[in-house]
Amino acid sequence: MNSGKTVGGAVREWIDERLPVSKFLEDQLLKYYAPKNFNFLYFFGSLAVLVLINQIVTGIVLAMHYKPAAELAFDSVEYIMRDVSWGWLLRYLHSTGASLFFIVIYIHMFRALFYGSFKKPRELLWLFGMVIFVLLMGEAFMGYLLPWGQMSYWGAQVIISLFGAIPVIGEDLAVWIRGDYVIADATLNRFFALHVVALPLAILGLVVFHLAALRTTGSNNPDGIEIKKNRNLVGIPKDGIPFHPYYTVKDLYVAGIFLIIFSYIVFYSPEMGGLFLEHPNFDPADPMKTPEHIQPVWYFTPFYSILRAIPSKLGGVIGMGASIVVLFLLPWLDRCPVKSVRYRGPLFKIALTGFVISFLALGVLGTKPVTDLNTLLARIFSGVYFAFFVLMPIFSSIEITKPVPDRVTEPVIPLSKREGFQWRMIEEGLSALQHAPAYLYIKSILAKVSGKVSGSN
Amino acid sequence: MMIEGVDIEKRRFLTKTATVVGAVGAGFLAVPFLSSMRPSAKAEAMGAPVEVDIAKLEPGQRVVVLWRGKPVWVVRRTTEALASLAALDNEVADPNSDQSQQPQSSKNEARAIKAEYFVAVGVCTHLGCSPVYRPEVAPADLGVDWKGGFFCPCHGSKFDFAGRVYKGVPAPVNLDIPPHYYISDTRIMIGLDGEKA
Repeated sequence: MNSGKTVGGAVREWIDERLPVSKFLEDQLLKYYAPKNFNFLYFFGSLAVLVLINQIVTGIVLAMHYKPAAELAFDSVEYIMRDVSWGWLLRYLHSTGASLFFIVIYIHMFRALFYGSFKKPRELLWLFGMVIFVLLMGEAFMGYLLPWGQMSYWGAQVIISLFGAIPVIGEDLAVWIRGDYVIADATLNRFFALHVVALPLAILGLVVFHLAALRTTGSNNPDGIEIKKNRNLVGIPKDGIPFHPYYTVKDLYVAGIFLIIFSYIVFYSPEMGGLFLEHPNFDPADPMKTPEHIQPVWYFTPFYSILRAIPSKLGGVIGMGASIVVLFLLPWLDRCPVKSVRYRGPLFKIALTGFVISFLALGVLGTKPVTDLNTLLARIFSGVYFAFFVLMPIFSSIEITKPVPDRVTEPVIPLSKREGFQWRMIEEGLSALQHAPAYLYIKSILAKVSGKVSGSN
Repeated sequence: MMIEGVDIEKRRFLTKTATVVGAVGAGFLAVPFLSSMRPSAKAEAMGAPVEVDIAKLEPGQRVVVLWRGKPVWVVRRTTEALASLAALDNEVADPNSDQSQQPQSSKNEARAIKAEYFVAVGVCTHLGCSPVYRPEVAPADLGVDWKGGFFCPCHGSKFDFAGRVYKGVPAPVNLDIPPHYYISDTRIMIGLDGEKA
């Protein structure tokens, strides 16, 4: 190298002249300024990417051993579990990943609600995210048919029958989706094709759009302030820090914690007591007999509860569909100019609490059998769920908000700075705890142990 | 409108018509892709009729056979079960089975060719689960008003001994009765109407 360049540098230059990889990475990582006050709720986007990669990698290997035919599917899953080297691990990574994907996505969506990340100028970002969510539900639903167990079979039977409720074209549409008059080999085979090819491609494409839209508007933050409005002399947001190394390192750290939880579930509780892998699914599909109690996997139960709460076939299907469609409309239902819950009025806080409680309650009710009491509760919580959206244009336009600061504040507001009697009560409780004999005893033991450890060094 | 010797209007017209023709072509191209997802010729041919032997069926018992991938029940109803039907006319949504699917020969109160033998497709008209046969009267879980019949565990739809749906449950119509006929006193052919055979 007569010009004094290293070999690596020369290769990089050669590539950059033909494809500006270095510039792309620099723009996206070093020159992308994210707000400096991200808290733990902001890790779930990158965790979703991590789980997506897990699903793709484990899915590719599972597809090498799985057989998408009604006669062979159930046995091939057992074959993966028993005979394929490390097959049990790959399958549990994939099945646990599916459930954790939804936990991560639900928290990610709640974060957007909490800090107003769906609002102008991020409407399109929210819409791309919602489409990913719907595709993910389709992906999970189709994946759940593949083991060809009792719950796979009857769950698919119920969900595809939903399309039959559509007037005029419904029955033909359901037959077209199944490719047969009942759930059969044709259904399994096409669900496999959609699950491993079509939907993952669509999801990956939309993730690119989701991220591109995010880079255009920039991330929101717990204060709901646009950091781009406060720039220094060279045009860098005063409240921003480069994504790399600050948030790459933080995200990697959280990925470590997440993987510990993930591994614990994979190794010690992959079925999660019948929530992640339902017990009836260990019986092969039998079109003659419906299991005594059928339910979808836990992440669909809130919507399933709404379906069951309405005593009419078409009405139930419309209700369930509407419960997802309203989420798309959120950016236009919320009329409040203030984004973050920190500066919003009590009306929004009460409504959001009611919504979260009803969503969780519907989720629990969806795993329970139909009784008069459960139906009544499901109706009440469905009402609260929809009231949150229907009343939103009203309460969001009359609520009294607090002044929003110009610059970002803490990632998490310290207890002493919070207003409201509930925080005072927690403060009192914590200080009482710090003077409790048990606490002092544990503290003294810990001090002794740490003294011994440091003494031996 | 001419700009530098180019007729812009004409150019726009040609662009639009070409787009429309292209879209129509794409529409036609979509047909084989969408149509390939319909039931194949093989799946359609699978609807062969099934013969059931009912000679050994005791009163109150049921046999289940698979026809077109769906469970089909043959229930030999007791006289008490048949007697319960008339009393339920006010509690079922469609007592005369005007909305439901059944061959003309079964469109009567018992919804059967021979009242004693009830033949029905065991698929709930709500979302396709297979209801459970619950012939006992007033069991603890279904309440004292239960006169016996079929209960769908998925979403709580209730049907009487003739597969008629109760009011106020999610299922919209009565259970389907498949085409069937008696080959002899003890043999039923499911999947074919007597006239066609």
